[in-house]
Amino acid sequence: MKKGGYLDLFLTFARIGGLTFGGGYAMLPMLQKEVVENRKWATEEELLDYYAVGQCTPGIIAVNVATFIGHKEKGVLGGIMATLGVVAPSFFIILLLAAVIRNFADNVYVAHALAGIRVAVAALVVNAVIKLWKKGVKDLLGIAIFLLVFLLSVFLSLSPIWVVIGAIVLGLLYGQFAPKKKGEEK
Amino acid sequence: MITFLLLFYEFFKAGLFAIGGGLATLPFLYEIADKYAWFDSSILSDMIAISESTPGPLGVNMATYAGYNCGHAVLGVPGGILGALTATIGLITPSVIIILIVANFLKKFKDNKLVSDAFYTLRPAVTALIASACFSILETSLLNIPGFQADGSYLTLFCLPAILLFLLLFLGMNLWKKIHPVVFIVIAAAAGILLKL
Repeated sequence: MKKGGYLDLFLTFARIGGLTFGGGYAMLPMLQKEVVENRKWATEEELLDYYAVGQCTPGIIAVNVATFIGHKEKGVLGGIMATLGVVAPSFFIILLLAAVIRNFADNVYVAHALAGIRVAVAALVVNAVIKLWKKGVKDLLGIAIFLLVFLLSVFLSLSPIWVVIGAIVLGLLYGQFAPKKKGEEK
Repeated sequence: MITFLLLFYEFFKAGLFAIGGGLATLPFLYEIADKYAWFDSSILSDMIAISESTPGPLGVNMATYAGYNCGHAVLGVPGGILGALTATIGLITPSVIIILIVANFLKKFKDNKLVSDAFYTLRPAVTALIASACFSILETSLLNIPGFQADGSYLTLFCLPAILLFLLLFLGMNLWKKIHPVVFIVIAAAAGILLKL
C-alpha cells in the first residue's frame, strides 16, 4: 500500500475513528500519534488550527479535522476518503448494534471496561493538552488568553463559537496595533 | 423512496446547523424524534450511553441508528442498511463541503498576515477550549459527584482506584512515549473490569 495514498488516508482515519471513545477531543491523542508523529501529515500547530475552524463550522469536529487533513494531503478526493474512513468504524458498529444487540450498554462488564476506558481517555487528553500547550501558548498574551478562555468555559460554559470569534478579533487587533514582534516572525 | 429522501434531508439539515459538533446535534435529533416516527426521544438517552461506549461521534452514531430503524420499517434489513447509509452521508455532507471550501481558502491565504494574526491568538484560545473539555472528562472519570451529593463523604467523592489508575497511566505515557495510545486504552479497560470501576 502506498503511504499517503487514498487507501492509506482511508485506513489511517478508520483506525483513528475506531479507537476514539468519546467526543472529538478524545480523538486528539490518536491524531497526534497517527497523523503528526507517524505519518507527518500535519504539525501540532495545524491540528490546533483545524480544531479552531471545526469549532465554528457546522458538523462534527472529528469529520472536520479528517476532511482538512485528507484535503491537505490529496485534495478533494483525499478529504472525502479521510472523512469516510473516520466514520466507517462507528457506522458498522452501530449498524451491528441496531440490528443484533440491544442492551449492549447495560452489560456489567461493558460498563466496568468503559469506566476504565474513560480514565485512560482522561489521561491521554491531559497529555495531549500538555503537548498542545507547548506549541500553542508562546508568550504572556497566550497565557492570558488561555486562562481567560479556560475560566470562561469551565465556569460560565461560554459557547466555543464566541471564544473563536473573540480570539480572531483580538488577534487581528493585536496584529494591527502591536506589529513589532509579529512582524519579525513572518 | 420518499422516506429515504426525507432521511437525507433531515440529517443534512442537522449536519448543516449543528455548530461545534458532538452534543450540538442533540437538539436537532429531538426535533426529528418529535416530527417523525423513526425513533422515540427516550431512545436518545440510551443512544448517548451507546455513543459514549462505542467509538465514533454521537451525531454519526445517531444518524446510523435512526436511519437503520427508519429504513427497516419500510424495507426490512436491506432497507435498514440503506437508511443508515443515507442518514449518515446526509449528516456529514454539509460539513465536508464547507471544510473543503475553507481548506482551499486557507491554503491560498496561509501566508496572509491577517490569517496568521488571527491564528496567533486562536491557538491559545483553542488549547484552553480543549483543556476545559478535558476538565469535564476528568470530573466524570475520577469523581463521583452524584454519590457525594447523596452522602456527603469525601471518600465517595474521590474514586481512589480510578485516580490511582489515572496516575499510573499518565506516568506510563510519559515514560514510554513511543507506545500507541490504544495500548493504554486496552490496559485501562481490563483494569476497569478487574477493579469494578
